[in-house]
Amino acid sequence: MGLDSVMKGDKGGQAMLAVLLVVAVVVPILNLVVPESSPWHVSTYTVTLLGKYLTYALLAVAVDLVWGYLGILSLGHAAFFGLGGYAMGMYLMRQIGDRGVYGHPVLPDFMVFLNWSELPWFWHGFDLFWFAALMAILVPGALAFVFGYLAFRSRVTGVYLSIMTQALTYALMLAFFRNEMGFGGNNGLTDFKDILGFDLKSDATRIGLFLASAGALAFGYLACRWIVTSRLGRVAVAIRDAEARTRFIGYRVDRVKLAIFTFSAMLAGVAGALYVPQVGIINPGEFSPLNSIELVIWVAIGGRATLYGAVIGAILVNYGKTYFTGAFPEAWLFALGALFVIVTLFLPKGIAGLVGMIRTWRRSRSASEPHPEVSP
Amino acid sequence: MKAVEQLRESMRKDRQWSFMYSMLDVDLDVSQGVILYLEDVSVSFDGFKAINNLNFYVNAGELRCVIGPNGAGKTTMMDIITGKTRPDTGSAYFGRTIDLLRLSEPEIAALGVGRKFQKPTVFESHSVFENLELAMAGDKRVFPTLFAKLSGEQRDRIHEVLGIIGLQEQTRREAGALSHGQKQWLEIGMLLMQDPHLLLVDEPVAGMTHQEMDRTAELLLSLEGKHSVVVVEHDMDFVRSIAKRVTVLHQGSVLAEGSMDEVQNDPRVVEVYLGE
Repeated sequence: MGLDSVMKGDKGGQAMLAVLLVVAVVVPILNLVVPESSPWHVSTYTVTLLGKYLTYALLAVAVDLVWGYLGILSLGHAAFFGLGGYAMGMYLMRQIGDRGVYGHPVLPDFMVFLNWSELPWFWHGFDLFWFAALMAILVPGALAFVFGYLAFRSRVTGVYLSIMTQALTYALMLAFFRNEMGFGGNNGLTDFKDILGFDLKSDATRIGLFLASAGALAFGYLACRWIVTSRLGRVAVAIRDAEARTRFIGYRVDRVKLAIFTFSAMLAGVAGALYVPQVGIINPGEFSPLNSIELVIWVAIGGRATLYGAVIGAILVNYGKTYFTGAFPEAWLFALGALFVIVTLFLPKGIAGLVGMIRTWRRSRSASEPHPEVSP
Repeated sequence: MKAVEQLRESMRKDRQWSFMYSMLDVDLDVSQGVILYLEDVSVSFDGFKAINNLNFYVNAGELRCVIGPNGAGKTTMMDIITGKTRPDTGSAYFGRTIDLLRLSEPEIAALGVGRKFQKPTVFESHSVFENLELAMAGDKRVFPTLFAKLSGEQRDRIHEVLGIIGLQEQTRREAGALSHGQKQWLEIGMLLMQDPHLLLVDEPVAGMTHQEMDRTAELLLSLEGKHSVVVVEHDMDFVRSIAKRVTVLHQGSVLAEGSMDEVQNDPRVVEVYLGE
């Protein structure tokens, strides 16, 4: 399965990947080579912000895969994002070593503060990057697998499934808020120093994380495209549109759902793992049910079942959020709500559907115009 | 002593325990020329006997029409054959060897019993071609499906079925954009893609125009011989146009069976159904 066959017919996705490539090349140059006095200089702050948006975009793509193509409205995908983030956060905590406030060689600060004498068993291994990276994928995947196995086998669908996913992320939030859980309680994990030996505060590391996010987004996008263009992708859409019929044809609907849901959760975990070193903190607030709902709004605004629409939606809404929370902090939630209402009423296919709408509008206008050469 | 006898009987070396082997491994055996046996079948729902001592046989390659007034048990009979409803008593065999009562719905579907429901359900956002591709017989587990590629042979098969159902012109069209009649044909096509031995077709011409009905009659007649087809239909003109043998159901059992003329002239049938 070559790249061209996966991207065939996906004009929006081609454009999105092209823009992503240009941004990934130009932004580091503008940051590192162009002097700070130049108006063309891109600050490190902006680079990190862009990197954060890219991880959100990857998360949105993961949601679009299950919502747009499989019809599962997951209102708990931020949970998988958060678990991936915690796995990375644990690695970053272990990297601090004795540079913490209390200077303990092994224990992170919050454990010393809680008078713990040794590392809990589940913190072992997280001093190794490969282990943490693996866990950032496997832990969300395992949770999604167990949750999905039970839910899909019992044929829980629609609103009930959405409510269960909400409950899942809410339960995780409450659990992670507890100090006894061993994940830093409501302060979460923060005060990171370096990753793989590189200083997290240096420009070069920031650029590296930004590029890793861009690469992960491109890879995640192509992987999702590959699934969607395969026969399994067509089965997924069939399940979305007529689940009972698909079962009757002989497909094991529960297994198809389980496989795609688990893959989507793993992608969300990767996004979370890239997010944490860039923002420098992970706390239980990431599991807040509101986050998962906001995430669904990004996808709805960008356009469901297009994948690139999810990228557009995530970046646009988050840029709006950054702008509004800076300029008019009180107005953001109203703006988000208004945007959602406008898109649902006037753009049922989201921003990605706008192009098609303009095209048909133009065609109908040109068709109704009188043709001078026809008139006598 | 009786217990010992029973024990000895159950210890016999050539004894085959029915739960030890899967019905799926048994081949369809139509050596007697009969593909479906329903014998002494009864089902009741809350005391109401939907099926009452029904005996119904279908020959291999036959096109059979089943008629009967509402509540005669036509749909319940289909449900029993496809494994959706379990009868209280009686037996249901597919060929001489396959016990349908021990199999689940997907297993029965996989063995080659295809069913078309009254209301056409096709995958609206897929093209006609993709609808047929998804329905195609083959390995339908997750990973084989992910890596599946259409072989030339499979492509030919899809085009062959497109020809049978007369939708060659609509190959790339979205199924949701088809007319009601075309959707019905597409659904029959999807059944054919599963290479079924027995096709159960529930009210295929409901809501069709006369031309569409004629096309459907041609389509069903063309299947005769290659597949065994059971058609349940209300429309008498349509049944007359395709039927060689007709079974009349009434109150859950067979009232009459024979050619359309025989059945039409049967006084009991006239009384309960045709005379209305």
